Amino acid sequence: MPLKKSQLKVGDTHEAVVVDNLTRTQIVQYAGASGDYNPLHSDEVFATKVAGYPTVFAHGMLSMGMTGRMLTDWVGDGRLTKFGVRFVSQVWPGDTLTVKATVEAIREENGQPLVDLAVSTVNQDGREVVSGSATARIDP
Amino acid sequence: MAESVVTDAMRAAIGVEGPPTIAEVTASGIRLFARAVGHADPAFYDEAAAKERGYRGLLAPPGYLGTPVYRPGGRDPDELGQRYEIPYKRILNGGTTYEYMEPVVAGDVITSRSRITEFRERAGSMGPMLITYRETLFTRQDGKVVAKMRGNIINY
Repeated sequence: MPLKKSQLKVGDTHEAVVVDNLTRTQIVQYAGASGDYNPLHSDEVFATKVAGYPTVFAHGMLSMGMTGRMLTDWVGDGRLTKFGVRFVSQVWPGDTLTVKATVEAIREENGQPLVDLAVSTVNQDGREVVSGSATARIDP
Repeated sequence: MAESVVTDAMRAAIGVEGPPTIAEVTASGIRLFARAVGHADPAFYDEAAAKERGYRGLLAPPGYLGTPVYRPGGRDPDELGQRYEIPYKRILNGGTTYEYMEPVVAGDVITSRSRITEFRERAGSMGPMLITYRETLFTRQDGKVVAKMRGNIINY
C-alpha cells in the first residue's frame, strides 16, 4: 500500500531488518545478478591471501539494494524517484543489517506529493554501513 | 598535500561521453536480482501482479537497470572510455545516487552513456586519494531517459 501524505509527519521513523546473518551465498547470488565478479566479493582465497582482507565482503551495491528493499517495502513499488547512498563501512558475511528511514520533509512538486527521507543502515554492532537519502512519491 | 596526479589526459577526459553500453532487462534478470537483494514483492516476480498494478511488464527493482550484453573477448581497447592511468591500486565505491524517471520493465533495452564530471584529490587517513565523479544517463529503446546515476569512485 502506497504511503499517504496524511499519515506522515516530519520526524516519523520506520525501521526494518533487511538481512539476518548475511551468507556468502547471498553475496555470490548478487555477483551473478549484477554481473560484478570482482573476486573480493566471491573468492575467499583471493580476498584473504592476495588482498589481505579478513574474508570476502558484500558489494556496496548489494548493501544499497538491501537498503532500497526496505524503502520499496515501505513506500510501495515504483514510488522511489531518488535514492542515494554513501558506503560508510564494509558489510561482512554474518552481518545483520537494520535500515532506518526518517521523514525529513513532506512537500509537493507540480501537484505530486513527495516525501524526503534520511536513510541509515547499521550492522549488529550499531556501526553505520550505509548512509543516504531518498525521495518517494506518496498519495495525497 | 602531495603533488597532483591529475594529468592533462585526465583533464581532457572530463565531459567526454564514453562508449554506450547496452543492457537487456529480462524477466530472469529481474527475478535473479530481486532474489539476491531479498525482495518479496510480487511485482518483481510475477508479471500478472505487476500488470495488475499498471506496469507494462515485470517490474525491475531499484538498482537493476538490465544485464549488460556480454561480448566474448571484451571490448576493443580503443573503444574503452578510460584513456589515462591512475597511479593508485586500491579502489572503493564512494557513493551512488540514482534518480528514477520511468519504471523499467522486462523487455526494455537500456543504453547507458557515462561521462566524468570532475576529479578531486584529498589526503585521506589511508594516504592520498583521487576521487572520480561520474554521471550516467540510462535511455530506453524509445529514447526516454529512465534513470540518471551520479557516483564517485575513490582510488587510493
